[in-house]
Amino acid sequence: MKSPPMLCASHVSKTFSRKKRAAQGGPAKALDDVSITVTPGDFIAVVGESGSGKSTLARVMLGLIEPDEDGGSVTYDGVALSEMKRDQLLRFRSSVQCVLQDPSAALNPRKSVRQIIAEVVKLHRIAQTKADVDAAVNHALSIVDLVPTEIYADRYPHQLSGGQRQRVLIARAVVLNPSIIIADEAVSALDVSVKAGILNLLNRLRLELNIGYLFITHDLPVVEKVADYVYVMRDGRVVEHGKRAELFISPESDYTRELLAAAPEPDPESARRWLRPS
Amino acid sequence: MSERARPSTATPQSPSKGDQPIRGLKPESLDEPLLRVRDLSVKLPTGPRQTVHAVRSVNLDVGRGERVGIVGESGSGKSVTVRAISGLLPESRRVEVNGSIRMEGEELVGAGKNTWQDVRLKRVGMIFQDPMSFLNPTMKVGAQIRESLDQGRSSEKSTSATIKYMEMAGLAEPQKLMEEFPFQLSGGMRQRVLIAIALAKCPDIIVADEPTTALDATIQRRVLRSLDDSVSRLGTSLLLITHDLAVVAGICDRVYVMFRGEIVESGTTEQIFYDPQHAYTKDLLRSVKSFTDGSAELYVSKYS
Repeated sequence: MKSPPMLCASHVSKTFSRKKRAAQGGPAKALDDVSITVTPGDFIAVVGESGSGKSTLARVMLGLIEPDEDGGSVTYDGVALSEMKRDQLLRFRSSVQCVLQDPSAALNPRKSVRQIIAEVVKLHRIAQTKADVDAAVNHALSIVDLVPTEIYADRYPHQLSGGQRQRVLIARAVVLNPSIIIADEAVSALDVSVKAGILNLLNRLRLELNIGYLFITHDLPVVEKVADYVYVMRDGRVVEHGKRAELFISPESDYTRELLAAAPEPDPESARRWLRPS
Repeated sequence: MSERARPSTATPQSPSKGDQPIRGLKPESLDEPLLRVRDLSVKLPTGPRQTVHAVRSVNLDVGRGERVGIVGESGSGKSVTVRAISGLLPESRRVEVNGSIRMEGEELVGAGKNTWQDVRLKRVGMIFQDPMSFLNPTMKVGAQIRESLDQGRSSEKSTSATIKYMEMAGLAEPQKLMEEFPFQLSGGMRQRVLIAIALAKCPDIIVADEPTTALDATIQRRVLRSLDDSVSRLGTSLLLITHDLAVVAGICDRVYVMFRGEIVESGTTEQIFYDPQHAYTKDLLRSVKSFTDGSAELYVSKYS
């Protein structure tokens, strides 16, 4: 049986304009020798703060930007992105989808939910006739629990809550039957209980549809319940990686420990100590 | 302290007034708190002929030097409430504000423009979630803090006073930083500039609306610490609005919980976290705790 298609970043480095970054006091390289593998069905978390390179990583792994010339490569199902022919690239684009932060910027405000999802269905030739396209749209909406689908399909983005918009983005990704979804700060802007709902949805989709996630976030506690494997990034490098349980219970790097300690608990006694350690 | 009121078993959409577990609300007395809000109601226009009742019958108090938190999720009305208190609601005939907002005994609802101008410049220092929507991109940060200082209540109007407030807000190398523009600063530093601007007014109360939500966790801790320290040093009151229960747990003495425009519960921080009464509060806490406690799955609130 053929092994599932893996998305691999192998020793990837990416440098933006050296002078500018040096002037801002940042590292010259946005990504420095980063290797990460995502397999369908796995929940891989990448945790890092601003400037860690995590968003650059997302763009490189989506094939939106290229690594440096001698800066490693990204392969999907064994084929390097830089060497893919047109039809391979089209298949890559439908197999590896993304869900990004700020749904209000990602959704066309002048299109209904149906139009937004239908556009993608038609572009990737999942369905052609109106009946088939509508069926695909309704199916995608029901998968993400936006039911009754007829009501949500006719809504416009401004008529939806933050959590609902995020579900539309997920529906748009899932309608193409992807193997891998790269989510960059997909739940950061949401209220806590909405966050929980979206994370549970992502987890359910992973189990039901065997989708692999590259889940990028600055919020380490968010992934404590859902990730299988965690990479911690800082200044463009991976400083630590490991199975979720091991990393959370006994982190090896000081930086990981710092990240774990940085988030307060919703408990007055410990939160006060967190705020005023003396 | 009178017996704590038991909440009704009705859903949060219809808590009846008498059953609200409102603890810590001072009765009518000679000793009036710094900020006293009663029956505040705000209606905002949402379309050509539509309005939304964003804030319904809100009662809250903030005493001198007190740190009070308002928690609630998106759409709870917490931001509209504090904008009404700070005089930052849009100026429009269609914005309806009813009820009473008394600051130092003076009624603000229905007051004239000069009174509100006084509130904005001298009495309330506001800190927003997104500093760039507040800071003037074409003005050096030192000048913006100085402007706030000049318009505020402080009697000392000098560069050294500007530097003092910058240091209080935790900004390193203030002399150098004064000459920079907002775009040259990191997110955490911009937020500290907002804090310095708020402090420089020497206000009675600082109102912070999601001040650290957009910042990384490590930066958030440091910025909140600076805010906490400076509020202590100046003796100002703090009204902190956030959806982050952990932040409130760390910095506030008393908490109001808002849901769909109403306050559903209030009490000391200990009471809210260790002995929540209202179904919504319990649900919210359960959801937050499910991220880090031993439960197998994340809990999704019934009310989300």
